[in-house]
Amino acid sequence: MMSERPPSAAGNLPLVGIRVVDMTVVWAGTFTTMMLADMGAEVIRVENTRFAPYGTRGIMVRPTDSLLSTRGMATAGYPDRKAGERPYNRAAMFNVHARNKLSMTVDYMRPKGLEILKRLVGISDLFIENNAYGTMNKIGLSYEELKKVKPDIIMVSMPAFGSSGPYSDRIALGRHLECIAGHTLLRGYPEADPTWTTEVYHCDAAAGAVAAFAAMLALHYRQRTGKGQFVDVAQIETIIPQLGEAVMDYTMNGRVQEPIGNRHPSAAPCGLYPCQGDDRWIAITVCSDKEWQALCHAMGDPSWADDGKFSDTLSRWHNQDELDRHIADWTRQRQDYEVMHLLQEAGVAAGPLMDERDCYADPHIRERGFFEQVTHVECGSHLYPGMLWKMSRTPGSIRRPPCRLGEHNEYVYKQLLGVSDEEYAELERDGHIGMEYHPSIVVHGRAAV
Amino acid sequence: MTESALSDVRVLDLTWYIAGPYCTKLLADYGAEVIKVERPGQGDPARSIGPFLDDEPDIEKSGLFLHLNTNKRSITLNVKSHAGKKILRKLVEQVDIVVESFSPRVMPSLGLDYSTLQKANPSLVLTSISNFGQTGPYRNYRLSELALNAMGTSMKMVGQPDRAPLKLGGNVLQYQAGVLAATATMIALFGSRLTGTGQHVDVSLLETCLGSMDRRAPYLLAHQYTGQKEITTRVGGSRGGIMSGCPEGIYPCKDGYFDVAGGVPWWPRNFALLGSPPELAGPEFGTAEGQMDTQCQHAILAVLYPWAMNRTKTEIWEAAKSARAALAPLYTTEDLVNDPHFRERGFFVEIEHPRTGRLTYPGAPFRPSETPAKTPRAAPLLGEHNVEIYCSLGYSREDLARLRDAGAI
Repeated sequence: MMSERPPSAAGNLPLVGIRVVDMTVVWAGTFTTMMLADMGAEVIRVENTRFAPYGTRGIMVRPTDSLLSTRGMATAGYPDRKAGERPYNRAAMFNVHARNKLSMTVDYMRPKGLEILKRLVGISDLFIENNAYGTMNKIGLSYEELKKVKPDIIMVSMPAFGSSGPYSDRIALGRHLECIAGHTLLRGYPEADPTWTTEVYHCDAAAGAVAAFAAMLALHYRQRTGKGQFVDVAQIETIIPQLGEAVMDYTMNGRVQEPIGNRHPSAAPCGLYPCQGDDRWIAITVCSDKEWQALCHAMGDPSWADDGKFSDTLSRWHNQDELDRHIADWTRQRQDYEVMHLLQEAGVAAGPLMDERDCYADPHIRERGFFEQVTHVECGSHLYPGMLWKMSRTPGSIRRPPCRLGEHNEYVYKQLLGVSDEEYAELERDGHIGMEYHPSIVVHGRAAV
Repeated sequence: MTESALSDVRVLDLTWYIAGPYCTKLLADYGAEVIKVERPGQGDPARSIGPFLDDEPDIEKSGLFLHLNTNKRSITLNVKSHAGKKILRKLVEQVDIVVESFSPRVMPSLGLDYSTLQKANPSLVLTSISNFGQTGPYRNYRLSELALNAMGTSMKMVGQPDRAPLKLGGNVLQYQAGVLAATATMIALFGSRLTGTGQHVDVSLLETCLGSMDRRAPYLLAHQYTGQKEITTRVGGSRGGIMSGCPEGIYPCKDGYFDVAGGVPWWPRNFALLGSPPELAGPEFGTAEGQMDTQCQHAILAVLYPWAMNRTKTEIWEAAKSARAALAPLYTTEDLVNDPHFRERGFFVEIEHPRTGRLTYPGAPFRPSETPAKTPRAAPLLGEHNVEIYCSLGYSREDLARLRDAGAI
């Protein structure tokens, strides 16, 4: 049942011996396979030198240096904002999740390539993908087909709206799922027009995490029974339960909740208050009268706080415009970190708004060793965001730098699939095996061959 | 008859509020037997957080609590009493997993640190969910959903430049930490079943955000790659995102709003969406320069606004289907719950509860073909399973009365 153990540095990590065929793109699915790879699974990204999926190895395959010099960090997060010889090995948006994974290339849109990919499925445990609904079927990689080559395979499929229902074939990016789930209308400034609402991407994280849980659930079941299965993860259905209070308020009380900005539905004060410096803020939340007294004391028991309109939670909630002004007058004189420590010592939840620089400098995050130093042959040496959790017996780590396109072809073809040197050379000539995207691919999509 | 994936898994649930209970809800909904330990009297504090049915505060009528605790059983126990500690140790010996979300100093103070627990049960997985993790200078600090947004996410990018940045909706980050804790727990359990040895899983809410692919982690790495000088900030509106172009972001329509993805790759579809108007047929509209050019943008918007204001969000959503445009209407919760897609998939589920009657809940977040989520059983009443569980541990009903009098249960 278990695949043969591959040579790896994974040691005693819990998922050593589990092989994953990874056909994930962009962020949601790639987040899923990142967690499995971090915990020891042999995750093999199946890539294609003749087809570059949208927004995966960078926002485009071959950006120019001049484009990278003008764009924001999401688009232009390349070492020193230089595209380099193979930009698709240098994009932060890809490299951030590609640690501990392997990369092979094969043109699975041609029969020979599909046959090779199926041979890999035949020696794997999990198959994970988050392409547009129907893509896998079109290629010939439906669950039914996978089962023929590996009867106990677990397939985790993550279409936006799921594998059934009237919207299953709709086109949507992660942020559109936030719209349908109701999240976008729930999180604006209270009185502002929704066209001012900045897009967010929580649904990618939600779907990626749920799919990883789903994969583990299916592995657990297979460990016990020997049976594989198909898992349908409708990305949108992963975020709706996370908005459960709003859903229940509607189904219980018929109430459609409206945006409350940074405020709390029932407690006050709760807000982001300005501090010394440019665009520096402190988040403060007070949930009880006891915490309110602690806050007042930490602020030096100002006379305005004695007012009856702030004496209990309900009064504070009704008078929070005025309350917020008083607190902001106090925080504005101080540093954000100074306010956090002062209020935390008093027992009040407070935390600074942390930008990227703050995260790397923060003493707690440093002491926990969250960031890990990684050297990548085409990117140099940098600190990377590390493990999502810590385990006492089998702590994970970034054992292997982000995989370059086709970097592990030799291992996968020769060691795992038993391909001969002659056949390997032939597959190289035929454009299956390679470490470069076909020169005709500039943005994304299929090569002109 | 279908099977449950986790029917062989027993969980002792020492969590409260949102993250921990969502973690154990996922385990319970897919078949694990979850025993939820609550404080006598008030129980899980989430029972006292709204929304409440008919807005009447009642520990058995909190929508938040009801949603988060389906398929669990509840016992009350004063874990600080001597009898309570003894009972807790008995329970630990019988389970595969303990999940707790106390402040890090609590479990050791109860004599329940991992090394002690593991002596009693070597294969035990202990998952500790805390604000900042079990170690480090902030380990005893408090956290709110808002402070977690501020410290953990790219909140600085969200909102208008001249106003305070905005958090995400509701309590989504605490839920998200719950999903990740459940994943980590299952991974540790998988290892424990192979080797017979459990371990302690330390989940920090802050770290679940910092490592998240909601863009926080990509931006953190981009900051390193670009020389540690640049930070992300607010540019305002819905059009400052990744693929600037036109149309891009949120626009009004006849009865609400919709969000459309723009930029070069999407222009041919957006052009089709607008009915292929001849005034936008020029090649300049499909180039990166044209997409960013003010005159071109004005020409596009001059078509888009009247087109949108004459259509409902549902009509626009349908038009996007034929044009293959990446677009969605902005739904209210009402739109969502009544939507035909989720009805056809049977996503929302009705659950009967002795105090609230039948209510509609969000359903299971994924569908395994062989081991689907269980038919949901309502969240337990406070201490509903005291007799059942304590008697199975060997206590008589008379003992239970004595324990109750002593304030232990």
